[in-house]
Amino acid sequence: MDVVFKALADSSRRKLLDELHKENGQTLSELCEQLEMTRQAVTKHLVLLEKASLIAVVWRGREKLHYLNPMPLHEIYERWIGKYERHRLQALSDLKRGLESSAGRIRRGGQTKTKQKTRRKEKWRTRDRRSLT
Amino acid sequence: MKKDQFVYVTYIRTTPEKLWKALIEPEFTRQFWANTAQESEWKPGASWRIKAPGDLVTDSGEVLEIEPPRRLVLKWRNEFRPELKEEGYSRLTYQLEKEGKSVKLTVIHEIDKEGSKFIQAVSTGWPHILASLKSLLETGESLEETREWPREACK
Repeated sequence: MDVVFKALADSSRRKLLDELHKENGQTLSELCEQLEMTRQAVTKHLVLLEKASLIAVVWRGREKLHYLNPMPLHEIYERWIGKYERHRLQALSDLKRGLESSAGRIRRGGQTKTKQKTRRKEKWRTRDRRSLT
Repeated sequence: MKKDQFVYVTYIRTTPEKLWKALIEPEFTRQFWANTAQESEWKPGASWRIKAPGDLVTDSGEVLEIEPPRRLVLKWRNEFRPELKEEGYSRLTYQLEKEGKSVKLTVIHEIDKEGSKFIQAVSTGWPHILASLKSLLETGESLEETREWPREACK
């Protein structure tokens, strides 16, 4: 389990997991395109993630594809989240999200509808990008 | 062709032979796979199905490749949820590799379709089943919540 937490304790590696969550089964080159890191750095991070079983590698012909492996996160969930009142935590995080989005609407009261829409889209996009980090 | 895939890798302290048996024989699957049993002659081209209690056929298909105790590939379609059944056949691969005192089990479930509800459904089911399988082989006991077929009949 230590190796999993260590692997997760790095924002670049979490970013790589986010990328695979968006699109599973990517090659090294595809992953490099999404990130501002050298190929060597990405390779190094992928090795650590694979050692922690957070990603799985599948060869398809001559292509090496990287997949999210749900096993360790499922274990963390069962061990650390599942038993600590996940329903109440879910309710709190729903409440937070609900309050934040309605506060946002009030603040943007004076704007035109299209502007509001773009703003909201941008907001969601940033939030998506942050989802795992 | 674009496809949806679920990949899961786990290391289990056992032998490939024992793991192979646990994956296909009813006396084992009933313990970690929601009280279900698989029926097949286990040779290429043979039909294959999963049966839940009450003779409910939940999934069916055929054996595409079989190489005990290393590799098993199945053609697989859900049979009891219409919205999943209509997506047609998926492909399931088990790969077993001995690594030291453990076996590396790779499970790949894929379908030639994007945004598959079937792959989404199995993606939540497999982690529970496979964690329970690991627990059964390593400790002799499966995880309690995977021993019975769920009343709301979802995987």
